[in-house]
Amino acid sequence: MNIRRIGWISLIVALVAIALLPLPDFWIVQLNYIGLFTLVSLGLILLTGVAGLTSFGQAAFVGIAAYTTAWMTLNLGWSPWATLWVGLAFTGASALVIGSITLRMSGHYLPLATIAWALSLYYLMGNLDALGKYDGLLGVPGISVFGHDLGQGRGMYALIWLCVLGGVWLIQHLLDSRPGRAIRALKTGTQMAEAMGVNTLRYKIIIFVIAALLAGVSGWLFAHFQRSVNPSPFGLESGIEYLFMAVMGGVGHVWGALTGAFLTKVLEDQLQVLLPKLIGTSGSFEVIVFGILLVLVLKFMPDGLWSIVENRLPRRQRKMDWHDARTLPTRPQPATSELVLDVRAIRKQFGGLTAVNDISFQIHAGQIVGLIGPNGAGKSTTFNLVTGVLSKTRGEVHFRGEDITRLRSREILRKGMARTFQHVKMIPDMTVLENVALGAYTRGQTGVVRSMLNLNQEEERQTFLLAQRQLERIGMGEYLHELAGNLAMGPQRLMEIARALCADPALLLLDEPAAGLRHKEKQALADVLRQLKSEGMSILLVEHDMDLVMQVCDHLVVMEFGTLLTQGTPEQIQQDPKVRAAYLGTEH
Amino acid sequence: MDSTIASILLVDGLTNGAVYALLGLTLVLVFAVTRVIFIPQGEFVAYGALTLALLQTGQVPGTVWLLLILAAVAALMEGFTVWRHTGRPGPAAKAVIKQSALPVVVALLGWWAAPQQFPLVVQALLSVAIVTAFGPLVYRVAYQSLEDSTPLVLLIVSVGVHFAMVGLGLLFFGAEGFRNPAFWDDRFELGSVILSGQAIIICLSALALIALLWLFFERSLYGKALRATAVNRLGARLMGISSSASGKLTFTMAALIGALSGLLIGPTTTVFYDSGFLIGLKGFVSAVIAGLSSYPMALAGALFVGVVEAFSSFWASAFKEVIVFTLVLPILLWRSLTGDHSDEEH
Repeated sequence: MNIRRIGWISLIVALVAIALLPLPDFWIVQLNYIGLFTLVSLGLILLTGVAGLTSFGQAAFVGIAAYTTAWMTLNLGWSPWATLWVGLAFTGASALVIGSITLRMSGHYLPLATIAWALSLYYLMGNLDALGKYDGLLGVPGISVFGHDLGQGRGMYALIWLCVLGGVWLIQHLLDSRPGRAIRALKTGTQMAEAMGVNTLRYKIIIFVIAALLAGVSGWLFAHFQRSVNPSPFGLESGIEYLFMAVMGGVGHVWGALTGAFLTKVLEDQLQVLLPKLIGTSGSFEVIVFGILLVLVLKFMPDGLWSIVENRLPRRQRKMDWHDARTLPTRPQPATSELVLDVRAIRKQFGGLTAVNDISFQIHAGQIVGLIGPNGAGKSTTFNLVTGVLSKTRGEVHFRGEDITRLRSREILRKGMARTFQHVKMIPDMTVLENVALGAYTRGQTGVVRSMLNLNQEEERQTFLLAQRQLERIGMGEYLHELAGNLAMGPQRLMEIARALCADPALLLLDEPAAGLRHKEKQALADVLRQLKSEGMSILLVEHDMDLVMQVCDHLVVMEFGTLLTQGTPEQIQQDPKVRAAYLGTEH
Repeated sequence: MDSTIASILLVDGLTNGAVYALLGLTLVLVFAVTRVIFIPQGEFVAYGALTLALLQTGQVPGTVWLLLILAAVAALMEGFTVWRHTGRPGPAAKAVIKQSALPVVVALLGWWAAPQQFPLVVQALLSVAIVTAFGPLVYRVAYQSLEDSTPLVLLIVSVGVHFAMVGLGLLFFGAEGFRNPAFWDDRFELGSVILSGQAIIICLSALALIALLWLFFERSLYGKALRATAVNRLGARLMGISSSASGKLTFTMAALIGALSGLLIGPTTTVFYDSGFLIGLKGFVSAVIAGLSSYPMALAGALFVGVVEAFSSFWASAFKEVIVFTLVLPILLWRSLTGDHSDEEH
């Protein structure tokens, strides 16, 4: 049995044993707090470690759910089981609003907005008469199950830890799924994910809402466990403390949440006794230690304390159970010599500089077209105009008879045009197979909820079968389970091609695929390109390596200073004096 | 509300706004040069005001001891780095002395001057000197070895520094609040508007500092070096501008402006060890209005925040903070609908 499964089982056994053994009640209460903190940090791990965003306002979300349930059970007499959903609706809705406003902009606006949000909510709770001002609401009823009150000890303990384990289970499944791969791609910037067809803004908002909902569950439990609510545990300082837990434990791993919450609570309790004795006056001096620890952890152990354990565990092996999976449906490929791409006089101006000046060219099915030119000729800009990364000042692009001039890159991918990047963009801590599976994003449908509930297995098997086939197609069959970050440059570029192929494209756009490759690797790449062509694929190649270009291309488009210099077959181009002049200069 | 109250509120708001403007400008500056969202900026404000308050009572302010400790830590770190780099104790010892000399001199000066009951102005200058010395040390100790990290990591470091500085503030100043004497007690009546001397001092100093900042960035080589770093760190480094030196200089300026803001705001409100945080965050609101990038917008934003705060404290004093901080959301909405949204900085 694998060690991770043993870990899960021993954790559950330990939790059950603690409930049954005659331990002091104080321990149970402490563990209840640790469970509540773990739920909140779990959301922060998803935000900070996985998606590269962060929030200081998680405590405020805890507060919304806690106040909602406290007020409604006290004033309306509703059952906590009903108010849970109202509280979650409120937290989810506020996260949705804040997320939609801030996540369009660059990453640091979310934390700033959550700071402001946490502060205003704190003062709001502390000043509203209906919420009891700074005294809060007292006498909140407990949660009962089948008429049996769970109390504040072992009954609550069971409920809280069920929620924690459930949360961990859901998030683990989410991260290893179609939407999970898209979420993990967010951390490296949005361009690659968008090029794979992912609506990155939507996913950023979704995970912010999920993180808020986890905090909301914690708040609901908190109100009924504590039996009272007041503003102080929901202020900005607590929000920062949750982030502290996540960073201490390790933002890269789901279990970092538990580690961080446990250590923080234990440490806080010890320090609150020890420091005032040491210093001689009372006061919350533990923040000094917390602050210094936070900086030290980021300096010396940026992956948090759980990473010590994680690095000693064997890497998770994916069970290859997909050999009999059905193949995913494919799109009809264009007929031979059908016009695939028609670029009509596209132009890009950056202020007064015309980077691309009315470029036109065409690609027919089964053709490899090379786009070449000296450095700074505007090749990459042209490439980005065609793929929708940059907006065009003027001109039109038609793909298989459809106007795609104004489409975004993720919509263009869905039409059947897939690309690679000049500087490899990948998720280094995912395996090659998983990275390539991201390319098949648009061919699946499973959403976040189904993934969390592990109802996506059939589609996952189909996806991995496809990814494996594409990797084998380009000769990378033996690298399936290697971490992408461990690959050399050559295999990394091939992996990007496999990823693009997973999208079932009719046209493949390769941005300098041979840059940084060794001779042997270039030969392998040329073989792959020829093989793809023989299978009927059309390819647009931006490349500097003339050997490769002359070997594989059917047609060349030459650019200089943003304008079209000439186009023709490789032989014609080689003979062309203008091209020679552009590359080598002229005699005067 | 009649025009008298309105004018009082307006003056009040603009006075506070001037301080927020200084802080907002500093935050924009620090972010541009180092990519650090400098949450602890407010702590310098509190340290500045409280240092002066303790000098007023003739005690040695806790910041003196804190400065010595921080200087020792920074010197050890610097010495260790040099020693590991060169393998020789000589250069390491030199580095230790170079790193710690100035803060130690400032601290000793503070220790000597505290019981002498110098005039207010001298004590004010001394407080500024002590708190300013913190700037480069904080950068050296907390940020320097992480200066190439992502803004996210730097932000979390800032949170750690904020925690530590607030806690140390409690340790060295105690939980008691202080209100400093005004630098200028006179009052002037201009029609229905009453101007206090302190308000005039605040506005004039803020204007003078902003003008100085402008001159620094437009006319001095150091200012231009900082601007170069803000535009392109690697490019600046290739031109011989060290990003660590830029970082230290920026943090020195941040501490200086923070301390001055503390002196300016000290006579108008009671300052506690943790008061700086809220004041600094209001500076943040104005910096956010400026999109963390434009200095004139940060100034306008700060005055706006100050006026909104003054008027909401009149109409709904309990909800003053709620109104000021909720203001951020519509501003962000407006920015997100109008600005460009590239976050491909990697």
